[in-house]
Amino acid sequence: MITIHVNNRPVEAHPGETVLDALKRAGVKVPTLCHIPGLSPTGACRLCVVEVEGMNGLVPSCAFPVSDGMKVQTHSARAVRARKTIVELLLASHPDDCLYCSRNNQCQLQDLAAELGVRERRYAGERTHHDLDVSDPALIRDPDKCILCGKCVRFCEEIQGVAAIDFIHRGSRTMVTTAFNQGLNVSSCINCGQCITVCPTGALREQSHIKEVTDALRDPDRFVVIQHAPSVSVTLAEEFGMKPGRDVCGALTAALRRLGFDRVFDTAFAADLTIMEEAAELVHRIRNGGRLPMMTSCSPGWIKFVEQFYQDFLPNLSTCKSPQQMLGAVIKSYFAQKEGIEPSRIFSVTVMPCTAKKFEASRPEMSLDGLPTVDAVLTTRELARMIRLRGLDLANLEPESADTPLGERSTAGKLFGVSGGVMEAALRTAHYMLTGQELPELKLQKLRGLKSVKQARVEIAGQEYGVAAVSGLANAAALLDEIRAGRQDLHFIEVMTCPGGCIAGGGQPIGTNLDAVRARMKVLYQIDRDEPIRTSHGNPGIQRLYAEFLGEPLSERSHHLLHTHYTVRDVVP
Amino acid sequence: MVQPDIQSILEQYPQPKRENLIPILQAVQECCGYLSQESMIQIGNRLKLPVSKVYGVATFYNQFRFQPRGKVHCQVCRGTACHVKGSAKVLEALKQTLKIEPGQTTRDGMFSLEVVACIGACGLAPVVAINGEFHAGVTPDSIRKIIKSYAKKGGDNGGVE
Repeated sequence: MITIHVNNRPVEAHPGETVLDALKRAGVKVPTLCHIPGLSPTGACRLCVVEVEGMNGLVPSCAFPVSDGMKVQTHSARAVRARKTIVELLLASHPDDCLYCSRNNQCQLQDLAAELGVRERRYAGERTHHDLDVSDPALIRDPDKCILCGKCVRFCEEIQGVAAIDFIHRGSRTMVTTAFNQGLNVSSCINCGQCITVCPTGALREQSHIKEVTDALRDPDRFVVIQHAPSVSVTLAEEFGMKPGRDVCGALTAALRRLGFDRVFDTAFAADLTIMEEAAELVHRIRNGGRLPMMTSCSPGWIKFVEQFYQDFLPNLSTCKSPQQMLGAVIKSYFAQKEGIEPSRIFSVTVMPCTAKKFEASRPEMSLDGLPTVDAVLTTRELARMIRLRGLDLANLEPESADTPLGERSTAGKLFGVSGGVMEAALRTAHYMLTGQELPELKLQKLRGLKSVKQARVEIAGQEYGVAAVSGLANAAALLDEIRAGRQDLHFIEVMTCPGGCIAGGGQPIGTNLDAVRARMKVLYQIDRDEPIRTSHGNPGIQRLYAEFLGEPLSERSHHLLHTHYTVRDVVP
Repeated sequence: MVQPDIQSILEQYPQPKRENLIPILQAVQECCGYLSQESMIQIGNRLKLPVSKVYGVATFYNQFRFQPRGKVHCQVCRGTACHVKGSAKVLEALKQTLKIEPGQTTRDGMFSLEVVACIGACGLAPVVAINGEFHAGVTPDSIRKIIKSYAKKGGDNGGVE
């Protein structure tokens, strides 16, 4: 430990860390627009500048290492003036349509302008105009609102290993765009939406399905059903000012009924269904010498990633559809039959923590007899907007339970929201399928926590299996490279696109940080600890569905409704 | 049709080092006259770089073109002396007459337009070089006439190929 002096007070610092990190720990707030904790600093926005005694100019604290005895002034007149000027210059070429912006009230640039007291336009200059990119089914790019901080570029490259976007041109013509400045739809973008969550302004947003959903709700001929993903109930509360780590499942169900949905289902039910099929598929592959390691297929960003960059691993992907698509298919077949509703009358909506789910729902192979099985996908953020518009007070809604069938879940299904959770759920059921007995200890500690790569050896019926749970596609790519190079000890791999899993998905509340993700993870594991039904095969709703309709896992009907295939995808690499 | 040439250029750089990117881009442009999308994809594959990065680097530098040159290649000098003598209006006139932006080529492949920094002929300002031939003291009117005469000749006189 060394000591630095911040605003004339001593502050402890670790040798080698940046000034910004030391300031954060000491509770001194310095604004940043381009900083992403854990990623390489670029010093691009220069809002974090501070005065360091003995240095001529201001230094960017995010990229400047601490040294013993260093004297730092974070809010000197000079530093504050510099920050204000930077914000004013950014605003000089920024559209003035804050009131109409998707990020109104959730914009870091707006916040900084208010914080620094910008009250007039001191700089007016020529503005560049770029067209909106609406080509993609999941995301919209609005380069006019881009302040070139580069967070999306770094996240896409360093965390996801995709690099669909980068800076082009230079100087005043610089912009962030895809290779050849084409539409996002022909780029290698995997629609994960993490660029939205790191963007400080409104330069990126999801393709909203609110209008489609509202129209369907108003149409008396439509039977509108909705399912919500396991992680949504533990993040939605944050959109309404509540602290991270609160499960509002019951209030969410009540809110959805008030919004006018005819049935409210739980995607965690379909997660249980996915586990039944996926565990059966794993057992089948192990017994029949099928391609191993098997890899999970519930994260649509990951699927597109493999289709584009690791096509030799397509046979390793489980053929199971994701829970969203499984439930969509069951709604328009089993449920429609049971309730005597024409499938074409059903409008099937989902609430997802994810923007890539919008892309997944639009995949042609997901349709059933020419009908899409999921008609609209809302992100957690979009649902919050609908709830606010309807004037509902989420904190004070009397909890309600989901509809049956397709609303009951085990806690295993709920664990789909967190990295490692699918693996844990699948192992519980695979163990049961292979041995006829429950796992002696359902909790698999090695697969829990926020580490991006978690590995374990599991013994089932005297045989040892290697499993891994990975999140962040750059980590997944590294693991695939190891397997290509000959690594053979793994049998089953769970991959989630977003770091930490769906609780940190690209459709989750803006402003998500590591503490929030940790709190969300904790509450999911609490649910698993406290509720009685902890295995997918123990879910009575699932047992009924197989008894009444599907027969058994991997049956012909299961294959038709619940399994899919993948395509080699030719995009600009 | 130009792929084999790119292949032979890439083979000169057997190791995927990103510092080779700019020399390769230069060599490919030298050989093909411009950087096609296919060539940039191939370069990215060879260097294990995302194509967005290759394109980002290439667009950073003015020296790279992304469309093939026209038969008649017009370089408008935008250096200081030419600027003072009215090169902005000359460029505007050329853009209007040819209906293209700098860096582009007309659809018939006849004309291409490029903006260059000083070409070292300040005494002749404002100057436009067409297929290497300098036209001195041009005005918006005179450059329109010059273009017309090239259009009539069909680019035969001193064409690139």
